[in-house]
Amino acid sequence: MATRNTWKQKDLTGIETLSRAEIDQIFAQADRLLPTLDQEQSPPLLRGRTIVNLFLEPSTRTRTAFEISAKRLGAEVVSINTTGSSLVKGETLRDTALNIQALKADAIVLRHSSAGAAAYLGRALDISVINAGDGAHEHPTQALLDAYTLKRKFGKTDGLKVTILGDILFSRVARSDILCLAKLGVEVTLAGPATLVPARLAEAFPGVRIERNLRKALSSADAVMLLRIQHERQTTTHFPSLAEYTSQFGLNEARASWLKPKAIIMHPGPINRGVEVESALADGSRSVILSQVTHGVAIRMAVLHLCIGARAR
Amino acid sequence: MNAPDPTPLWIRDARVIDPTSGRDEARADLFVKDGLIVERLSPKDQKSARRINGKGLVAAPGFIDLNCRLGEPGRPSRETIRTGTLAAAAGGFTTVLTMPDTSPCVDNAGTLQLIREICSRDASVRVIPAGTLTKGHEGKALAPLGSLAKAGVLAVTDTISGVQNNEIMRRALEYAAMFGLVVLDHCQDSSMTDGAQMHEGAISLRLGLRGFPSASEDIVAASDCALAELTGARIHLQHLSSSRTVETVRRARSRGAQVTAEVSPLHLLLTDAALVGYDTRLKLNPPLREESDRQALLAALAEGVISVIASDHSPYHATDKDCEFDQAPFGASTIEVAFSAAYEAAVLSGAIDLPTLIARLTSGPASVLKLEAGSLRAGTPADIVLLDLKSKWTPTAKNQHSLGGNNPLIGRTLHGKVAGTFVGGRQVA
Repeated sequence: MATRNTWKQKDLTGIETLSRAEIDQIFAQADRLLPTLDQEQSPPLLRGRTIVNLFLEPSTRTRTAFEISAKRLGAEVVSINTTGSSLVKGETLRDTALNIQALKADAIVLRHSSAGAAAYLGRALDISVINAGDGAHEHPTQALLDAYTLKRKFGKTDGLKVTILGDILFSRVARSDILCLAKLGVEVTLAGPATLVPARLAEAFPGVRIERNLRKALSSADAVMLLRIQHERQTTTHFPSLAEYTSQFGLNEARASWLKPKAIIMHPGPINRGVEVESALADGSRSVILSQVTHGVAIRMAVLHLCIGARAR
Repeated sequence: MNAPDPTPLWIRDARVIDPTSGRDEARADLFVKDGLIVERLSPKDQKSARRINGKGLVAAPGFIDLNCRLGEPGRPSRETIRTGTLAAAAGGFTTVLTMPDTSPCVDNAGTLQLIREICSRDASVRVIPAGTLTKGHEGKALAPLGSLAKAGVLAVTDTISGVQNNEIMRRALEYAAMFGLVVLDHCQDSSMTDGAQMHEGAISLRLGLRGFPSASEDIVAASDCALAELTGARIHLQHLSSSRTVETVRRARSRGAQVTAEVSPLHLLLTDAALVGYDTRLKLNPPLREESDRQALLAALAEGVISVIASDHSPYHATDKDCEFDQAPFGASTIEVAFSAAYEAAVLSGAIDLPTLIARLTSGPASVLKLEAGSLRAGTPADIVLLDLKSKWTPTAKNQHSLGGNNPLIGRTLHGKVAGTFVGGRQVA
């Protein structure tokens, strides 16, 4: 595992702060680790290390993926979720994290409802902070696994066209995906209701294109990335109803027929079957949704190893 | 407040600027006796006078702040009237209008009396408490404006809560005008700003933070202007942030509406680009907006469409701001850096000249409150500020008087410093 000596970042708080070379380094490491997932053991690169999953917002998939990734590498994992934490007793995030550091943990994997929370902790702590989602800001490991899935599927990322469809406004996945894909030479198109895909996104993320015509947005894409409609974040003003969303923007067989023959369907999960995607499509031959999940383990192993393993205790 | 200093004061060889009279003399003297500005001192008084060498300094009327919070009553860990007025003095302010959203709030003469008592003991500068416009600044029923006016209140406002109901604002304007009260309004349509953290624009989209659309300010400013025209009453719009609002105020004024407006130094100096690192100290309401907004505010300041620079001093303990961005309170501790920030943003940039800046800090706010203060006219109280424009300085957590740990300009090199502040001829900073 020669690459780890060149890794400089203590934290992974966002895609924004990663260079293309660093993304390639993560992918190279994931390439080495991915085959070991089918073996009894992966290399114990983090043996003797302790990782704390600090999940202050509900999550099953991401927390489990981080937990499995860390355990595969031989690390001890402790998970803290909102109800079990002293934050409900009024302790600040900073104090909670300083305590975890004082307990001699090597890293915190943070899921938090506040945008900027991971970078805030990264500055406050000497140990590694890995962002597992901060508000509507970033979810870097999801974006890395999405891009990694594209790379494995198409053999490259440069020149690919990806359409992200759905709730961009409230989505940290969308933001990280846009940044990550742009760094990897992918042309990104955004589509969905104007209330959830505001025009100024094109200014916020130079290079992305907004396409209001769904057919045009789908027919040019090598991959379509569907985003879950986050009922819990939206006020009722953003669209009339889930049924209306499905009728206007849901991916069904008719709309999937506009896709290129080899185009793939991606989704970060959890899926709302029958809302943003028809069940048959989610399970169909174009879907790579479950490969994304497996790739997520390899990507998170790579990230944990690079950020934590590269640092002396 | 202390009694006037009996020692005569003689400020020599300063550049004297007095916007009310249009005076700008490169080298002149100012004389003070018994707390009042006088034309000259008698030979005997000249001998006993305290002499201050004003060479290289600007002497101007003491600044008047229309928008600040001094913690008391209710939040003495953030600021007290003692520390807040020391900070005001250090910032060159000799008169400050305090916002009424204290605890208890100033919707009754009793709280007013309490503040007066604390001030008579602790205040270094003149404190004028504003009253609330509605009871408990809840926007539902009018506060007893007549009683507040009788108790000496000059201005009423619901501050950051804003008034969300146009019928209440209309009646408030009509009723307040009877008593000569000026209504101040924070323009924000709260139905559009649920969960908002910063200006809505490209940066908020990038950061994943909910935004205050400019329109949430423009809409209320437009309705306020319409109601000022309907009622013929005076209204003063607090801390403008958006270019559209500036345009709305300009048009209303050109039609003769009695509308005045203010801006904060931070809105003249910075934009939402400064929030890229989620700096909670720059989390403000109204939020820092875009460069085009900042330029429009500077242009309006030059024209006089904005006639007031107000500090918007909102002190918080440093730990209150040491948290996740969306958990942090809005506001910045600014009263000590207000002049320097405005000087850099407006004068050093070439947008306005120094006498205009001083007018916006003195005669502008004085005319909103219809105060006698804000000039160097003989016979008026000797509220004077001395400015050293050449001086560079860096505010630190230690060299400030305010308890507010949320001064966003700490560590930044500032240009132009307050070299002395006199209230009624007595030096307070």
